[in-house]
Amino acid sequence: MIDPRSSVLAKRFKNIKRVVAVSSGKGGVGKSMIATTIALKMAKKGLKVGLFDLDFTSPSTHLIMGVKNIQPEEEKGIVPPFVNDLAYMSLVFYSGELATPLRGVDVSNALLELLSVTQWGDLDILILDMPPGIGDVVLDLIKLVKKIEFVIVTTSSQLAFQTVKKQLTLFKELKVKTIGVVENMKLNRKQLMQNEIEKLGFVYLTNIPYDKTLEDSIGDCDKLLATNFAKIIDETLVKKIIL
Amino acid sequence: MHEWALAEAVITAASKIAAKENIKEITEVVIKVGELQQVEEEILLFGFNQLKTDLFKTTKFHILKAKTKLNCRSCATTWVFTKDNLDETTAESIHFVPEVAHAYIKCPKCGSPDFEIVEGRGIWLEKIKGVK
Repeated sequence: MIDPRSSVLAKRFKNIKRVVAVSSGKGGVGKSMIATTIALKMAKKGLKVGLFDLDFTSPSTHLIMGVKNIQPEEEKGIVPPFVNDLAYMSLVFYSGELATPLRGVDVSNALLELLSVTQWGDLDILILDMPPGIGDVVLDLIKLVKKIEFVIVTTSSQLAFQTVKKQLTLFKELKVKTIGVVENMKLNRKQLMQNEIEKLGFVYLTNIPYDKTLEDSIGDCDKLLATNFAKIIDETLVKKIIL
Repeated sequence: MHEWALAEAVITAASKIAAKENIKEITEVVIKVGELQQVEEEILLFGFNQLKTDLFKTTKFHILKAKTKLNCRSCATTWVFTKDNLDETTAESIHFVPEVAHAYIKCPKCGSPDFEIVEGRGIWLEKIKGVK
């Protein structure tokens, strides 16, 4: 018996030029805010962008963008709806706001299902909002999507960085393409994190100061794009990813 | 037409096996479909006919249906999935991504959503036969 779904993945990703996963070994570091803002800013530049929320048990990109009352269309698979000029996909289209407790095998199955039936069409870039950790989704994507690249997010806290450090070491060993590391929610001017990241042989992409206004922007993309957080992402991160 | 994407996966997988095994013509493809995904057999067959290449010109497609067996990890109760008690929207959500069953279905004995889909989840390529 063979699971046929992985056979079709090369076709599904054929017309997507780049796949960039925003990931972190640690939760609560701002992955979803960063992934969503990168995607929105890139779309504003005229790029064809997709955003795929892969945090199946705690999705939040739909809350960040205020997505309501839309569903994917069914056409030779599932066609993601356009939200704020993004082709957008999330498990919440099917689970709603109900708790969806999934074990590892279920996460892998849901991931493979969505990858194999979602028809993204032509995209310049697909941004993946990853779940925290270096578990099933990260390992499955490294195996299944050969063109995947990672942007890693940490905060200035050693609690986050010590976990991210393990992720970076693993990625180095596995030769996973890593664009670089973002230091989010920075509270001081110390360069400790930058030094550590560069010492590990990774690019320190940028730092983003803690932005108190960000919480008020949840559910409103215009507000989000007007924050200092979004401005820094546009001027540093987006440019470095596009290059 | 969500089934079209699954049909494409089957055709692609069978073609890859044929290339590997040096099969020039596939005469039979057997697919097993779990009831949890509620795949429409007619649409799946339509997809095969639309997608098939010369490799499949004499192929007979057989679709076997498999009951979905669920096992509660909390109290070890085993039961068989039926969509009879589900509303249309819920049934359709499970059709697209069977794992969202964990949001809608609970163990009939203890009410836990922590159950294993033991068998009958989705689509499987059971076997192919062909001429070398």
